[in-house]
Amino acid sequence: MSESDQPADKRGFGDPIERDEDVPLLTGEATYTDDIQLRGTAHLAIRRSDHAHARLLEVDTSAAEAMDDVVAVYTGADVEDSGVPNTIPTAWMLPGLVTPQYRMLAVDKVRHEGDGIAAVVAETPQAAQDALEAIDVEYEALEHVTDPVESVDRDVPPVHEEAEDNVAFDFELGDADAVDEAFADADRVASVDLRQPRLIPNAMEPRSALADWDVATEKLRLWMTSQNPHLHRMLLSAGTLGVPENKIQVIAPEVGGGFGSKIYHYPDEAVTAWCSMQLGRPVKWKASRMEGYVTDCHGRDHTTSAEIAVDDDGTVRGIRVETHAGLGAQLSQFATATPSYLYATILSGEYAIPAIHCRVIGAFTNTTPVDAYRGAGRSEGIYVIERLMDVAARELEMDPAELRRTNLVPPDEFPYETAAAVVYDSGEYERAMDTALEHVGYDDLRERQAELREEGRYLGIGVANFVESAGLSPSGLAGDLGAQAGGWESSIVRFDSTGTVTVLVGTADQGQGHRTTFAQIAAEELGVDVDAIDVVEGDTDQIPQGLGTYGSRSASVGGGAIARGAREVREKAREIAAHQLEASVDDIEFDDGEFHVAGAPDRSYHIQEIAAEAYLGHDLPEEMDPGLEATNFYDPENFTFPFGTHVAVVEIQPETGEIDLERYVAVDDCGEIINPMIVEGQVHGGIAQGIGAALYEGAAYDDDGHLLTRRMDEYAVPHSTYVPDFETDHTVTPSPHNPIGVKGVGESATIAAAPTVVSAVVDALEPFDVDHLDMPITPETVWQAMGGEE
Amino acid sequence: MYANDFEYYRAESVDEAVDLLGDHEGAELLAGSHGLLPRMRTGEEAPPALVDMNAVDGLSSIEHIDGDLSVGALVTHAELAESELVREHAPALADAAGEVGDIQVRNGGTIGGNLAHGDARTDHPAAVLALGGSLDVTGPDGDRSIDAADLFTGHFETAVGEQEVVTALRVPLEDDASSTYHKHRNPLSGYPLIGVGAWAQTDGETIERVRVAATGNLAHPKRLAAVEDALEGESLEADTITAAAEQATSLGDDEFRPDVQASPTYCRHLLSVYTERALRDVLGVDGE
Repeated sequence: MSESDQPADKRGFGDPIERDEDVPLLTGEATYTDDIQLRGTAHLAIRRSDHAHARLLEVDTSAAEAMDDVVAVYTGADVEDSGVPNTIPTAWMLPGLVTPQYRMLAVDKVRHEGDGIAAVVAETPQAAQDALEAIDVEYEALEHVTDPVESVDRDVPPVHEEAEDNVAFDFELGDADAVDEAFADADRVASVDLRQPRLIPNAMEPRSALADWDVATEKLRLWMTSQNPHLHRMLLSAGTLGVPENKIQVIAPEVGGGFGSKIYHYPDEAVTAWCSMQLGRPVKWKASRMEGYVTDCHGRDHTTSAEIAVDDDGTVRGIRVETHAGLGAQLSQFATATPSYLYATILSGEYAIPAIHCRVIGAFTNTTPVDAYRGAGRSEGIYVIERLMDVAARELEMDPAELRRTNLVPPDEFPYETAAAVVYDSGEYERAMDTALEHVGYDDLRERQAELREEGRYLGIGVANFVESAGLSPSGLAGDLGAQAGGWESSIVRFDSTGTVTVLVGTADQGQGHRTTFAQIAAEELGVDVDAIDVVEGDTDQIPQGLGTYGSRSASVGGGAIARGAREVREKAREIAAHQLEASVDDIEFDDGEFHVAGAPDRSYHIQEIAAEAYLGHDLPEEMDPGLEATNFYDPENFTFPFGTHVAVVEIQPETGEIDLERYVAVDDCGEIINPMIVEGQVHGGIAQGIGAALYEGAAYDDDGHLLTRRMDEYAVPHSTYVPDFETDHTVTPSPHNPIGVKGVGESATIAAAPTVVSAVVDALEPFDVDHLDMPITPETVWQAMGGEE
Repeated sequence: MYANDFEYYRAESVDEAVDLLGDHEGAELLAGSHGLLPRMRTGEEAPPALVDMNAVDGLSSIEHIDGDLSVGALVTHAELAESELVREHAPALADAAGEVGDIQVRNGGTIGGNLAHGDARTDHPAAVLALGGSLDVTGPDGDRSIDAADLFTGHFETAVGEQEVVTALRVPLEDDASSTYHKHRNPLSGYPLIGVGAWAQTDGETIERVRVAATGNLAHPKRLAAVEDALEGESLEADTITAAAEQATSLGDDEFRPDVQASPTYCRHLLSVYTERALRDVLGVDGE
């Protein structure tokens, strides 16, 4: 419903400019990692475990080595013996955290079926794959566990000897005493037990890597599917390979989606690089879809008991949450942060809740490692508070939207410090909620629902409010909480001598449209056309530093670094202009790219002309160095907190339990909007992913600990035909601390959509006394909830 | 994943294809490629040789032959769905063809390949069984006909011999008959979770002859004899249909192939619901 009302000829910040990157992406001209061909490349395939949990007794590679076209076969012992550090580090420490060594290839034990046991390098990909089966592995199978509660409650052999009870961490946030008091004082208590199933990320492009070790210069070039090439460079240097950081170049060419899964340092890319170093020739690895399903970090896997204390008038007094979070078999980089600080700190949702306590038990299981997946932690937290709001509304026999409204943090309370240890930057929660409810026609829908129930038809209306902590992250705060890396982002904004602009930035696009939106930011600050700006990402040799793209940070933190860099460039240009115009800098005005003396707009210099002067260097202010560029490190002072309200309308088919998703209304507030079309795209994709979690997805393991949902026809991702036309709108509440007022939008809709849809289905089933259903809510789930077979 | 190495042959005629199948043990025919190739990429099938049928003439027409509707083996799902002849004489087949996969699959996949491959999850088998169809096949010993009722012996198992080539699907043309196909799509794959084909002949008051068949998450596509028995000779009434559809629940758990989306219990329930819907449609009896 919202279209930009900017004139079509304006092409800057705030305009729905078409994406610069789409022609190569849509015509197949774009270069992905696997498209890159180097002469003499050998191909790597990795033998995975046959067991979910087993001791490795013997790995016999002799038959594989003897096969045609096989170049070499390496085991975990070979990697260990090579003397490299061989440790994939965790990037976020928690008190008492157990950190077993996470190696590139397994030695002694395999802990999930994705664990690599041996690496085959061959002249062709087929030969490498064929040789995998010739590796003879002798196992002693051990009892396995895939569920995070069973893992700590049942007496099973530990996944890691270092954690006998399978507990990696036991985390607490909030004031338990205050919560106890609130529960004792409150009129009523409602509760819900829920599962948030394990999700598989499903980036369109599987992970791949091409490593080229130059024997003469001892330099490693590594092309890989990365959301954060500099982070990968650092982790490869300090963690796995021990190659000096300045002797590693990580290049992320076009990357086809990530959703978090391409943040992490996996064993496979390090093994690819290590093999190239052993052989002195390029080595390429590409995951098959099935290999990706068992190795790409999964998301969620929470089992939670939650309680809410409310007074009869609807005032929420406190919440109490206990969660078992499955971490998988190894600690991936943000596996510890995601279910702790990214989760517990958002449990207040949009509401003023005076007392919050959350305990999270992080459990090792014999499964694919779990880490941040679009919405990470915030999705799980908002799901909990929104489910609690629904069960509380039922308990109070109050309209669920009204209960939510009653408890919203009012606009004049910002910045608002929650009882969950964060400070929300800005918010107009009721405005977004009103916009959504008015748009969907909430009151009329409730009337229609009542009428239809008389006819035996079951309409459901789901409302969910969300807020999320985006813009990861203020370095100091994150460091206090355990982060092992900073949270800043870095840019270089450079005028070239002929007036074009090159922006280098440490974020890394996987389809988001950074080249377009970042050019819009620089265009706005510099007064040049977006077409004159080129944005460069994804190469550690070109971009000096960076932290990458995750946690809805690129627009706010990367964009902040670009805006600040551009402003620095503009101010230097202003000084040159003042010199040329023989005026004081203070008297120089900048207007749409032109510098002129205040009150005398007739004589002016365009910033692109100033750029030429800066590089000529013939006539610059005294003491000024030539050139026109700036390097900026922007460290945000706080997270940003996007928010909004989503509403779903469903009708249940009583005969089959099928769920017709009739309408979906999303009102998002991501602060200032750089490109409304791209924001729209993020919202659409995010809703689809949230609907996927709510109704279709969910990884399952069989009794042997093997992934049951190991292919795309066994794991249901939502198709475009499964979702309705989305009705979207926006409110704009700028972030007060961000240089360009943006908050970020990459994860918002995913976070909002799952609780919205679940709320709608459960609302439809109110006549059947259904208070909650776990995701994915399949038609069978609904049919059974309505009485089903019996 | 990479398919195993295989030899590739292009047949110019049905007889040459039969010879090639004889010369290369384990060889498979390649037509639209949408059933076989995905399974070769995952290693579920690894034929040492493929015999491409696409250059063979005379297998792409839809026509009346000897009182039957004859559909050439290379007719695509899209052609079936759009054919006026099929729509008029075998609407269940047109319905099913229009439900297959997506546009790419419908434009590439063929009826002959679909039925011979025996993927129990696909749409066509229920329609073909309900229509009382049969397959014309040619083998080393000459031509023969396989009744659809005998065709489906398991998941990816059919009565078509290793050296036999399907040349056409035949559907008998009968007066006062109608047919339909109803599908509950499996969100995992787009295949039917349950698909029900129904064919019936009535005099306006009595159900004279009826055939009902199901596909989807079943061990293999099959006729629902108990349902048919409950209808044949009965009067055209809603209660009769409801009672007959109830007979579909007599299938045991082991006759279904459950997945993460649907247990046998739910599959059985859906089978009964979709059987009733298909019967109401084909018999022209409105729902309540």
